[in-house]
Amino acid sequence: MHARADAADTAPNWPDDIFATLQRFDVRQVPYVPDAGHSKLIQRVVSSSTMRGIALTTEEEGVALLAGAWAGGQRGVLLMQSSGVGNCINMLSLIPILRFPFLTLVTMRGEWGEFNPWQVPMGSTTQGVFELSGVKVLRASYAAEVPAVLEAAAAQAYNALTPTAVLLSQRLIGAKVFTK
Amino acid sequence: MSKANLLDRRQVVSTLLANRKDVVAIGGLGASTNDMCAAGDHARNFYLWGGMGGGAMIGLGLALAQPQLPVLVITGDGEMLMGMGSLATIGLQKPANLSIAVLDNEAYGETGGQTSHTSAAADLVGVARACGINDSRAVTTMAEVEAFAKAVHDISAGPRFANVKIDSASLERILPTRDGAYIVNRIRADLGFQPI
Repeated sequence: MHARADAADTAPNWPDDIFATLQRFDVRQVPYVPDAGHSKLIQRVVSSSTMRGIALTTEEEGVALLAGAWAGGQRGVLLMQSSGVGNCINMLSLIPILRFPFLTLVTMRGEWGEFNPWQVPMGSTTQGVFELSGVKVLRASYAAEVPAVLEAAAAQAYNALTPTAVLLSQRLIGAKVFTK
Repeated sequence: MSKANLLDRRQVVSTLLANRKDVVAIGGLGASTNDMCAAGDHARNFYLWGGMGGGAMIGLGLALAQPQLPVLVITGDGEMLMGMGSLATIGLQKPANLSIAVLDNEAYGETGGQTSHTSAAADLVGVARACGINDSRAVTTMAEVEAFAKAVHDISAGPRFANVKIDSASLERILPTRDGAYIVNRIRADLGFQPI
């Protein structure tokens, strides 16, 4: 178990790999509900000239937003943490009905050395919720595999219209450390 | 309970879309999507048969992707209440080409007419304004509807919001297509996008 690397000088590089892949796939709209594990990627997105970061009040807004973006000719990706997946369930029905490319990157809580028991129930059902909702799940647990997983996920989501979630495991992100 | 001087929903929607030109219109789940169809089917009509609470966000995604086109969301009070947080998201993004018109009959008309929160307490115009949508209007006359319909075409001064008080009459259902992929691909084709 390692602590989350929040300081800039110790920040991991895998968010840069994700950003580069999203850029290469011409992703334009990036709705998100903030999570510590996504903080570096969100910083890259909001300072990008080609992507628009869109802060949401709840994750399901992002699913609907991506449907509208696609109708208007743009690709997007939804960033959230595992607890937000439950908030999306009914809105996920838009994906097979409207057949738009859906890619979401989910930072995991409730696993791998979790401190907070309240994160565990939704973290434990995140993958199942996606699969029951028709969203394919890929997982990245190590920094070295992030580029390949992202490449595969983006390719199948945008080229084959295969709804895809990438779970960025807590092992990759680091368990959140609570100190008094 | 019916009140005096409430507007007819079909007349409101046909006025909003009468001179639509290049407008892309999203119809929220429920009677609003039927009203949009009753006003005349159109390649740029995005009919929703589900995803309750998502109408305004679909409008935002479209408006950001197509900043030169006016985008108009027409939805009901119940659908808007379910997606109320999206008003905060839109207030933050401030898409100048997005307009939202809520047809407010103060009831869930599709499920038996149960009263909604707007019947007694919730003020959607106040919510929209407090979320940063400065042009938020309480509409009670057809003249105001006409003025809003005109404003929709000004893609430099949005976002704008109108809450239109309508009567609670249950009208004959005019059903649009329910094939979602067809609806989206028809819009995309009309905007010049190829299939994947």
